[in-house]
Amino acid sequence: MTAPLLDVRDLVVRYGSVTAVDGVSFALEAGETLALDGPSGCGKSTTALTVLQLRRPDAGEVRFEGRELTTLTERELRPLRPRMQPVFQDPYGSLNPRHRIRDAVAEPLKVQGRWTDADGPARVAALLDRVGLDPSYGDRRPHELSGGQCQRAGIARALASEPRLLVLDEPVSALDPSVRAGVLNLLADLQDDLGLGYLFICHDRAVVRHFADRVVRMRDGRISPSSPPR
Amino acid sequence: MESEVTQAPPVRHPSLLSVRDLRVSFVGTEAVRRLSFDVRPGEVLALVGESGAGKSLTARALLGMLPRGAAMSGEIRLDGSADLAAARGRRISLVPQDALSALSPVHPVGEQLAAAVRSLHRVSRAEARERAVAALDRVGIPDAARRARAYPHEYSGGMRQRAVIAMAMLGEPDLVVADEPTTALDAERREQVLRVLAEQREAAGAALLLVTHDLDVVRDHADRVLVMYAGRLSELGPVGEVLNRPRAPYTAGLLACLPQDGPRRRRLPTLPGTPPAPGALPPGCAFAPRCPLAADVCRTGEPEPRTVDGRLVACHRADEVPADTVTLFAEGRPA
Repeated sequence: MTAPLLDVRDLVVRYGSVTAVDGVSFALEAGETLALDGPSGCGKSTTALTVLQLRRPDAGEVRFEGRELTTLTERELRPLRPRMQPVFQDPYGSLNPRHRIRDAVAEPLKVQGRWTDADGPARVAALLDRVGLDPSYGDRRPHELSGGQCQRAGIARALASEPRLLVLDEPVSALDPSVRAGVLNLLADLQDDLGLGYLFICHDRAVVRHFADRVVRMRDGRISPSSPPR
Repeated sequence: MESEVTQAPPVRHPSLLSVRDLRVSFVGTEAVRRLSFDVRPGEVLALVGESGAGKSLTARALLGMLPRGAAMSGEIRLDGSADLAAARGRRISLVPQDALSALSPVHPVGEQLAAAVRSLHRVSRAEARERAVAALDRVGIPDAARRARAYPHEYSGGMRQRAVIAMAMLGEPDLVVADEPTTALDAERREQVLRVLAEQREAAGAALLLVTHDLDVVRDHADRVLVMYAGRLSELGPVGEVLNRPRAPYTAGLLACLPQDGPRRRRLPTLPGTPPAPGALPPGCAFAPRCPLAADVCRTGEPEPRTVDGRLVACHRADEVPADTVTLFAEGRPA
């Protein structure tokens, strides 16, 4: 049996004397969407940061593609990082306001040594097209895009790293309903085409019911017993 | 016993606030266009629409709080009087979207409420403090006397929002304007804040103009709804009628793209395209380029609001809108 894409076991994260995440376990397969649901302050965003190893846990394991991440050094993590990418709630806040969209999307390629002047621009254009943005938007800066367009640009940037897992932290909460529907459709299409695993943090129950294969409900740092079974 | 046949009097809705031909423009570009509506005493009127539809500007115009550079024309009357200066902050109050920036970060919350009390009533400082604590207590701030001495950053998001509701109610308003009061809150706190707002409003007998983009909130909390698109009225009527059987294609589209309960369905209907920028409106109906029902007439003349099926609708094709709104927009592709 192959290992799940992501396997989190007995995760504990403390901020000083506060235990923000207290023994959380879940697993996620490629091509699957697992929603983390719960009120503000329940620990879902801390869980997401810890999965990404942007915050190291105080106890527990995070296994990604079968590898235990929590014991790796920063140097050992570096080649794995592109494979797990975050998409955040505020599309404007997650892109540098001074960079053109095409530079924001090109940056992961350059940082990871995958950029060549010969094919780089075409790859950026293809990524923008993939998320439903006309490549001419590459010339713009974030404030010249609508919220939905900006969120699509953020998704294009995440895709540039060729990830296996997207950690989506309230990716549609700031969007108008019609725009939200388009971004949810895009995420569904990308998942179908690329087999991405989604850890989907969202407090909108209707969106969760619509979008997620499974739901883990958190409360006070723990998985709530009221999580719908499956 | 003498039977008496009485002619039922025609239902009359005296208007608390009447808005006629409201226009708000920036350097000649109209962001709110010829908007007319009434708010009835004690009712909850929801104002919905996408970002840029002009709903917040409309709310701000009522409060005399338009941003610098905005020009306004048209008529706003409260109980028939166009002199709103004395009413603003008293008979008309605001619950702002972002309580954290609406409150001063360097003064305790209770002190800010007490200052508001003293701006409204000639009372002693001690009396103002007491009223401030009582107001916080009424909106369910636990241990209000102690919390009154705390600063906004020491409050949770939900508590801050309740504190600004308490502040909005101090002047015993007839109309509360709430501009996206729950946008920043999670589902549980959103319900709690809306419940507090409803309780306070009912206790004061005030009307509420609730600006929101959340149609679930509209369904649960409003009596009537005004749907705006590109600065204009799209549809205005009772919530049940408008949301259960929309007559404006735009309203239908907003409803169609909501995730539905029931079987999991991965592709949601979407509205094709994007709303027009103010100043770059298409000829005719502003929604026509995105409308699956658009006909030639829609591309030449902008529709005026007319009464259809118990509500006002600004659409040439209102009679053609089918009951099944999901199918109407089902083939929408990402814009």
